[in-house]
Amino acid sequence: MSAPPATSRWGWGNSGVKRRIALAGLVVAAIAVATWAVGASQVAKPVVAIEKPGECVEATEVMRREHMKFLAHQRDRTMREGVRTKAHSLAGCVDCHASSKTGSVLGAEGFCQSCHDYAGIKLDCFECHASQRATPAPGGRR
Amino acid sequence: MSGCDRRGFLGTAAAALAGAALAPGIRLIDLAGARAPEEPASDKVRWGMLVDTTKCATGCDDCVRACARENGLRDTGRPRTDAQWIRKIDLKDPRRGRQLSAPVMCQHCAHPPCVDVCPTGASFKRADGIVLVDKHTCIGCRYCVMACPYKARSFVHEDLAGQKPEVPRGKGTVEGCTLCVHRVDRGGGPACVEACDAAGHGALVFGDLNDPESAVAKRLRELPNRALRADLRLDPGVRYSGV
Repeated sequence: MSAPPATSRWGWGNSGVKRRIALAGLVVAAIAVATWAVGASQVAKPVVAIEKPGECVEATEVMRREHMKFLAHQRDRTMREGVRTKAHSLAGCVDCHASSKTGSVLGAEGFCQSCHDYAGIKLDCFECHASQRATPAPGGRR
Repeated sequence: MSGCDRRGFLGTAAAALAGAALAPGIRLIDLAGARAPEEPASDKVRWGMLVDTTKCATGCDDCVRACARENGLRDTGRPRTDAQWIRKIDLKDPRRGRQLSAPVMCQHCAHPPCVDVCPTGASFKRADGIVLVDKHTCIGCRYCVMACPYKARSFVHEDLAGQKPEVPRGKGTVEGCTLCVHRVDRGGGPACVEACDAAGHGALVFGDLNDPESAVAKRLRELPNRALRADLRLDPGVRYSGV
C-alpha cells in the first residue's frame, strides 16, 4: 500500500487550482486597494480649526487619544464631589474650541462634531450639555 | 521654653487669629469655609435652608421665576409635563382661617428616599448634604419621583435645547432642585434666596447648618421651626418656621 500524496486530500496538489486561487486573491486585493483609494478621497477630512492657538490642557497627541477618559474622570469628580476645576471640564473644552462664527463646537465644521462624524462616533454630550461658549455666569457670593 | 509650651502658645495664637474679626461680619474662619475649586465637597458642611413662612408673601413667585431663570427651565405651555424644581403652595387652616404661603422644593434630606430606591446609584447625596441626580447614570425609571414625599422630582419628557452651561439637562432623565449647586460650589447661594432678598421679603435663609455662626443656624436657633413631614424622620436640610 503506497502513501497518498501529502496534499491531494485537500486538492492543493493541483497546480491549475493553485494558480486560479492566487489570481482571485490578487483581484480581490486590487479591488480593495482601489476602493480604499477612492473612498479616502470621497470622505472629507475633519476640520480642526484651532482659533485660539496656545497650550491645550494636555499635549495634542494625548488629547486625541485620551480626551474622553479625561472628560469622564472630570465628570464624576464634578458631579459627585463638586470639584469644578476648568482643566478637563467639558465647559473648558467648549470655551476654548467653540467656533467664532457659530459660537459652537457642533455643526459640520464644529471642532467636536466634524471629527466625531469622520470617526463615526456618536456625540452624546451635547444632548444635555451646552455646546455654546459660556457667557460670564452671574451669581454673587454669599 | 519647652517644645510643649511653644506648641501650646502657637495653638492659642492661631486660635485667636482665626477668631479675630478681619472686618465687621467677616472672620478668617468664614473665608476658610469657601472651598477652592479643586477641593471636594466636605461632610463638615451641611447645606440647608430656612423658610420663614411669616415673611413669605402670598402671590409672590419671585423664587420660582428666579429658579427657572437660573437653571434654564422653560415654560412649554404644558404644565402637566413641565419640569418643576420649586413651587409655591398656599395653605389655609379651615377652622381658624389662618393662611400661609411657602415654597416647596427638594428638601435635601439626610436620609433621602430617592437615593434608597434608585436602581443605578444615579440619585445620590453629596458629602455636604446636597441631594442630586447624576444624569449620566439615570435611566429615567422614575422610582425616585414616586419615593419622594415632597413631590420634588420631575422627569424631562421632551427634547431640550439651549441649556445653561452650568446646568446640563436632557430628555429621559429625572431632575430636581440642586440648591444651585454650581453657585454654592463657588461660594454663592441659591437663586431663589437671592430673589427673595431682592424682593425685600428675606423669607429664605441659606447656609451651613453645621456652622453655629452661620446666618441660617442663628435663625434656626431663634425661630421655632420644623421639617415638613417630620414623621418620616428624613432629617431634611430645608426647614420651615411658622407652619
